Amino acid sequence: MSATSPTAGAGLPAAHSISLTLNGQPRRLEVQPWTTLLDLLREQLQLTGSKKGCDHGQCGACTVLVNGKRINACLSLAVMQDGAEITTVEGLAEDGRLHPLQQAFIERDAFQCGYCTSGQLCSAVGLANEGRAHSRDEIRELMSGNLCRCGAYTNILAAIEDALPACREGGRS
Amino acid sequence: MTAHIGKPLDRVDGPLKVTGQAQYAGEFAVPGLTYGVAVNSTLAKGRILALDVDAAKAVPGVVDVLSHLNRPRMAAYDESYTDMDSADGAPFRPLFNDRVLYSGQPLALVVAETFEAARYAATLVGVRYAQEPHQTDIHRQAPHDAPAELPKPRGDADEAFARAAVKVEAAYSSPVEHHNPMEPHASTVVYQPDGGLTIYDKTQSAVNTLEFVSHIFGLADGDARVLSPFVGGAFGSGLRPQYQVVLAVMAALHLKRSVRVTLTRQQMFTFGHRPQTLQRLKLGADQKGHLEAVIHEVLGETSRFEDFTEHVAEWSGALYHCDNVRLAYQLAALDVYTPLDMRAPGAVLGIYALECALDELAVATGVDPVQLRIDNFSPVNQNEGKPYSSKQLLACYQQGAERFGWSQRNPQPRSMREGHQLIGWGMASGAWEAMLMPASAKATLAIDGSLVVASATADIGTGTYTVMTQIAGETLGLPMDKVTFKLGDTSLPKAPLEGGSFTVSSVGTAVQQACQALIKTLLETAQKDDDSPLAGATPDDVECVDGCLRLKADPARSLTFTDIVRQSGSPSLEAQADAKPEAERDKYATGSHAAVFVEVKVDEALGTVQVSRVVSAIAAGRVVNPKTAENQILGGVVWGIGMALQEETQLDHHLGRFMNHSLAEYHIPVQADIQDLQVIFVEEHDRIVNPLGSKGVGEIGIVGVAAAIANAVYHATGKRVRDLPITLDKLL
Ligand code: FES
Ligand code: FES
Repeated sequence: MSATSPTAGAGLPAAHSISLTLNGQPRRLEVQPWTTLLDLLREQLQLTGSKKGCDHGQCGACTVLVNGKRINACLSLAVMQDGAEITTVEGLAEDGRLHPLQQAFIERDAFQCGYCTSGQLCSAVGLANEGRAHSRDEIRELMSGNLCRCGAYTNILAAIEDALPACREGGRS
Repeated sequence: MTAHIGKPLDRVDGPLKVTGQAQYAGEFAVPGLTYGVAVNSTLAKGRILALDVDAAKAVPGVVDVLSHLNRPRMAAYDESYTDMDSADGAPFRPLFNDRVLYSGQPLALVVAETFEAARYAATLVGVRYAQEPHQTDIHRQAPHDAPAELPKPRGDADEAFARAAVKVEAAYSSPVEHHNPMEPHASTVVYQPDGGLTIYDKTQSAVNTLEFVSHIFGLADGDARVLSPFVGGAFGSGLRPQYQVVLAVMAALHLKRSVRVTLTRQQMFTFGHRPQTLQRLKLGADQKGHLEAVIHEVLGETSRFEDFTEHVAEWSGALYHCDNVRLAYQLAALDVYTPLDMRAPGAVLGIYALECALDELAVATGVDPVQLRIDNFSPVNQNEGKPYSSKQLLACYQQGAERFGWSQRNPQPRSMREGHQLIGWGMASGAWEAMLMPASAKATLAIDGSLVVASATADIGTGTYTVMTQIAGETLGLPMDKVTFKLGDTSLPKAPLEGGSFTVSSVGTAVQQACQALIKTLLETAQKDDDSPLAGATPDDVECVDGCLRLKADPARSLTFTDIVRQSGSPSLEAQADAKPEAERDKYATGSHAAVFVEVKVDEALGTVQVSRVVSAIAAGRVVNPKTAENQILGGVVWGIGMALQEETQLDHHLGRFMNHSLAEYHIPVQADIQDLQVIFVEEHDRIVNPLGSKGVGEIGIVGVAAAIANAVYHATGKRVRDLPITLDKLL
């Protein structure tokens, strides 16, 4: 006979109030301290463009931009983002005009199921912001935190190569 | 211009996918939604003695904990639990009783107002078990014959092998693999005010999910509707309804509330998988490598409750010419979940072993591996005694070899190197079936001239939305933006499972026929007017161009679709088609084929393998969209690389549990693993497979890749690794 024994459940802590800029809009939000940035986006704000592939920082599907840097939203608690400027895939297009990377992803067919796509796009924007990745091999290496189980890597690489110059010129986040 | 078929058009769902607007099953917002988190067993076999749910229920926000003790009524007989992709046996029933059949089995569902509360409370559920001894080791279980109809032995393979001039005898193994689509399985069940259910499910067939939950929960027609507009990958994992949908429906019925259940990545290892196999190949040949005997014996793994079978050994009797063939297939029943079809099920395993053995035969006879295959080519499927409707495999060898530069190959292992990297070139053939299933579709033309075509199929990333839009647009002479294709909804005409590479052929044929039926309807409607410019014309006399129906012989005699619909007096005109395979097809064997050429670089000191170059030459009939089709093949090659070098779900036999149940420890290829991949579509015309002449491309891209890599690794290193995956420890 074997058993797993429960530990006691305590009362839940209080919500915290945070302010942040989300896709260009200032937001004031009440968040539980145990809510991740990813769950805040997906479940509380219905911004389901950011995906959850693992919840453990192992797949990159949840990649968003925080102050222009790419992070795994599943590895950040929402309360840690007080004052931050956050861009998700929903905020990449401006005035109804697709971001050059979004356009390149369509033209190069850089996805199949689309579930890794938001993460790939935000990650690639972050990559452009970092000012690195000047060769194919560098792009390959620096995009390796974003898994694509459909295996669309060849086309993802081609799309990023196509769009990187425009991203750097435009300096868009 | 409205010729869409054969054009590399952008995906019609592309804009939704790149802007984050495509909504997947676990993403539909519902007021008052509750969240269910499953609690899984920690042992592989036994009984639940007691469940302690008090602590979980005490967490603020927890609504209830469901288990076999308080679940709603479920069907009593096995037949209610069968589905469109069932294996033989007694299907698994989530939360049915106190029996534990495998490690990771769902035992309870904690439902709470928030995801976080449910996730936390699920950790507080205590389970007391009566443990029973389990067996998860395929090597330690006595096998039984698989309930599969193998082709009868032909000739006398054992005798022919015994007297063959050249013999190859080798054993190959492949491990358990898990599908791991990027989107974990999820279901959102919306409880409607009238008690009806709207179920968003991750599935390869909304119809399958609906029939399944209706049967097990006794739902009447119209009580539920299943929707599945976007699927974040599946590769077979959505061919059977998985336990998250059963739990979500169960909780919704029990609580009379809307419920979402999303599996964690760890839980993605708690249902179907590609079965482990042990295979033994015996090839007998003359000095020139002509096959005289093929014996292929397969041992696969299955669960205790179902016998999962797939076509593993069949390929060894079909792909090449050989008059003495014996195939065998056995299963070992283990305390694991039932295996499940996974991309190119069976073929990818059997052809891996066959194509590696052929490489060994090439070495033994000194015949070039490509030449060996050409010499053994068979235009007939000898298993079935039928000619292939088309089999442009020889063209695949020729075009693939040319693009790859195969003629430059020195057959000597370890003959190429670049610094500390040994370079190897290998190749293999691939094959898959070209199936055709009954399917239905409906085409509706609105008064504004726009067309909606619908069928309850799925798009799991394969491009169904796009390809069906092309077929419909082409048939009715409409630009792509005038056509909308709807899928993933049980209120639409029935479609088969989205799998097996038969969607374009089956649903595509139905779409084409529905559109052709609509042309007839349009013509008949137009001809109700005695002065119609189309009076007296037959469907063969007319054509659809730029939203008009006109006489081929006299294009000036023409009517716009809009005029015809207006003339009908109703807001739209529609037609439905139920497509079925034609009898002519029975006279032929049908399949897609491939030749895969691979270059690997093996670090001599570290044993690391990089696949630096792949050329896949594919014969899959007519390609409707070269852009999405090429993407499918590229994806298949990536899967082949994963299978060859990385993927393996490891069992701890002491615990009876999969150990590496995460994406950090279950390795799949990442961007840096993928180098130069090239795809060639070889021209292949086939009027027999289906009216479109398309064979499907979802599976063929993976088949043969692992063998080509293993053969290239041999060529690079002189080491024959016969156990997948080829990890560095096996090369040092
Ligand atoms: S969901 Fe965040 S890395 Fe996978
Ligand atoms: S497109 Fe499906 S996982 Fe990348």
